[in-house]
Amino acid sequence: MNEIIKTENLVFEYTVFDENGEETGKNRVLKDITLQIEEGSFVAVLGHNGSGKSTLAKHFNGILVPTSGSVLIDGIDSTDESRIFDIRQTVGMVFQNPDNQIVATIVEEDVAFALENLGVPPDEIRRRVDEALKTVDMYEYREHAPHQLSGGQKQRVAVAGIIAMRPRCIVMDEPTAMLDPKGRKEIMATIKTLNKEHGITVVLITHYMEEAAQADRVVVIDKGEILLDDVPKKIFSQVELLKSVGLDVPQATELMYELKKSGVDAPQDIIDENECADYLYKLLTEQK
Amino acid sequence: MNVIELKNVTYKYSAGTPFESVAVDDVSVSIEKGEFCGIIGHTGSGKSTLIQHLNGLIKPTSGEVLIDGKNIWDKDVDIRNIRFKVGLVFQYSEHQLFEETVYKDIAFGPKNMGLSEEEIDKRVHEAAENMGLSAELLERSPFDLSGGQKRRAALAGVIAMNPEILILDEPAAGLDPIGREKVLSKISDYHKKYGTTILLVSHSMEDIVKYAEKVLVMNKGKIFCHEETDKVFAKQDEIIKIGLDVPQITKIIMKLREKGINLGNDIYTVERAKERILEYLDKGTIC
Amino acid sequence: MLKDITIGQFFPGKSIIHRLDSRFKIILDVAYVVMLFIAGNFYSLALAGVFMVFVYLLSGISFKLIFKSLKPILPIILITCLLNLFFISGEGEPLVQLGFIHIYMEGITTSIFMTVRIIFLIVGMSLLTYTTSPIALTDAIERLFSPLKKLHFPVHELAMMMTIALRFIPTLIEETDKIMSAQKARGANLDTGGLIKKAKALIPVLIPLFVSAFKRANELALAMECRCYRGGDGRTRMKQLKSGVKDYIALIITAAMFAAVILLNIYIPIFGL
Repeated sequence: MNEIIKTENLVFEYTVFDENGEETGKNRVLKDITLQIEEGSFVAVLGHNGSGKSTLAKHFNGILVPTSGSVLIDGIDSTDESRIFDIRQTVGMVFQNPDNQIVATIVEEDVAFALENLGVPPDEIRRRVDEALKTVDMYEYREHAPHQLSGGQKQRVAVAGIIAMRPRCIVMDEPTAMLDPKGRKEIMATIKTLNKEHGITVVLITHYMEEAAQADRVVVIDKGEILLDDVPKKIFSQVELLKSVGLDVPQATELMYELKKSGVDAPQDIIDENECADYLYKLLTEQK
Repeated sequence: MNVIELKNVTYKYSAGTPFESVAVDDVSVSIEKGEFCGIIGHTGSGKSTLIQHLNGLIKPTSGEVLIDGKNIWDKDVDIRNIRFKVGLVFQYSEHQLFEETVYKDIAFGPKNMGLSEEEIDKRVHEAAENMGLSAELLERSPFDLSGGQKRRAALAGVIAMNPEILILDEPAAGLDPIGREKVLSKISDYHKKYGTTILLVSHSMEDIVKYAEKVLVMNKGKIFCHEETDKVFAKQDEIIKIGLDVPQITKIIMKLREKGINLGNDIYTVERAKERILEYLDKGTIC
Repeated sequence: MLKDITIGQFFPGKSIIHRLDSRFKIILDVAYVVMLFIAGNFYSLALAGVFMVFVYLLSGISFKLIFKSLKPILPIILITCLLNLFFISGEGEPLVQLGFIHIYMEGITTSIFMTVRIIFLIVGMSLLTYTTSPIALTDAIERLFSPLKKLHFPVHELAMMMTIALRFIPTLIEETDKIMSAQKARGANLDTGGLIKKAKALIPVLIPLFVSAFKRANELALAMECRCYRGGDGRTRMKQLKSGVKDYIALIITAAMFAAVILLNIYIPIFGL
């Protein structure tokens, strides 16, 4: 399969200065990250605050460039200044705070912002804006002012503003951290639509395991390094390791883990509610 | 004894204009001294408006708010004294930090109370310790702290006023699992140590279940129920119906019940689920 | 509460006035202001007034709003009225003479004239903001001033700043409200005390507000970069400002009014100023 993002031995560090402006050392945030994101996949990057996951995300569309190693976005080196707009159109980025991404005073004007910057003809902008708003299910709010919307709605507008550029990949940096449960569900549903129906590659940066569990693949980052990289079932079965780096596991998995500790031969790769209920039913009826 | 009593409290936004909307609708409720009460309800259910009534930031359109049996809007009550008595910590409370050092920021509340220098110093250190902030952090700028530390510094700023009642609006919002656990366990320890009445607003059922003794459920500006945590989560079907979530483990047990195996309707922790399953395996039933 | 302040006095609607090209609206509004200053007698002023009422009727904006828009500038109107009344001296005997106060016939007429003119001015200019969305206004300003770009005047940048300011005013007001509540909950005394004390009491509100505003600015800049923002060059717009027949008709009507006002000035010079 085609790789949309490819990092090789990516290292990122910044210089630390003391109060007098003297260099006191280097802080290495990312240490030797080699990672490929396949086109069309839904990958979650899981890690606690300060693990380096957001710094990694910022390398995916050239906001940050590696200190050493390389990042290729659809084959383009992210340090190639002359192609920065190609990179940004290929990989769109959605941030945590929906309020601080919306530029215009009217929803549809905001969605049009990127296309206007790219010099797309007006009729084409109109078409793509309507299409993007329909994709995130915000078309009926197109004439609203952003401050009249809920957090989840604002975040969907921000997503629409990115997908209007028709990127092949969209990187979301903790898009649900500031939302209530309803807003979080809305965004997760939007992500699934983008990935499954429109074939857009999604990279979701998060510290919520229940969100990561919905991805096709989970990359766990800790202290600037890749700790685990596998399908969610395999990741969450490692309850002790995850807890040791400050991450949670789904309650279904935790239950399986606890049962096993108590001597029940429970499978360790269950992460989903239905699966868990099915297993328990089998366990409890057979035992009878 | 009831430290908080609301009698028929109604609050209307933009009262008397075409935009009038009722945020709190004829609410009567009592909170006992020393209670650790969780408040749940989805966005717009009126819970944020309700808690701002308790320290007099919002004056009810009608009805009475009694703290320690005294109406806080009586003429002889100084509303600032109510605010020292009822500490309120807002969502994303780190946004209130403003001083040069963490020490000065925590001292802001006690200073406003007009306490002596020694008393302020004592309270700042005590509050910082209770929130797990080491003494060396006190001399740093609050803007240099990590996200979780900032949150706890802001909390310490309210706790330093030694409030009788502490109200927290989503103290763990946006933090990662470690930060969450740290903030909430510090609050819980504080409750155990001083017996302070605590109202904790949260969207996370898992957190409510873990820490709250009683739960107050708000729905459409009214109180849906206010009971012991056990009893509230026994109404899981109704809770889901009003658009709230229950812990994943509860959902699993509910699914199991649909299939015909009933492990009880009071399961909302992994621990208890495990016990029941083992018991069932052992005896073939739940007594 | 701060939230109750309305920002931008735009009242959405579908009337012909709402639908006029905003560039034309700005030009016509300026023309109207000039017209008011040219009007030299009560007849021409009355004509300008009739014209304004006509446009208001077309726009469907309620007349109640006119009084609302006048309220804040009532003191200015009153001062103008009184100054003219007391300080214009005419020929012949004053009508009223009380100590140092002399009121002449000319004083009364000038006072009425000036007051009416100011009221027309304010009411006429309000119509522009009532019927034009802030974004359309910003757009129109950017385009009207675009020739200045050749002189290296940052037209696009200014328009962008205006848009962002309009976008963030409600957000920052809400934020200020929240911070004020949080500090009040810690016993901050924001409402009482003298001016200096009050200003000092605002520090706990202003510092967090600035910190957050800078953070927002930073994040917004990053988000704009991710959406390929690179200034005004090569930018297109989704909504094109299109002038049509209606705009030219409006232009012709206004021009006719303009001419009528001048003619009235010339042929009925009863009251020259």
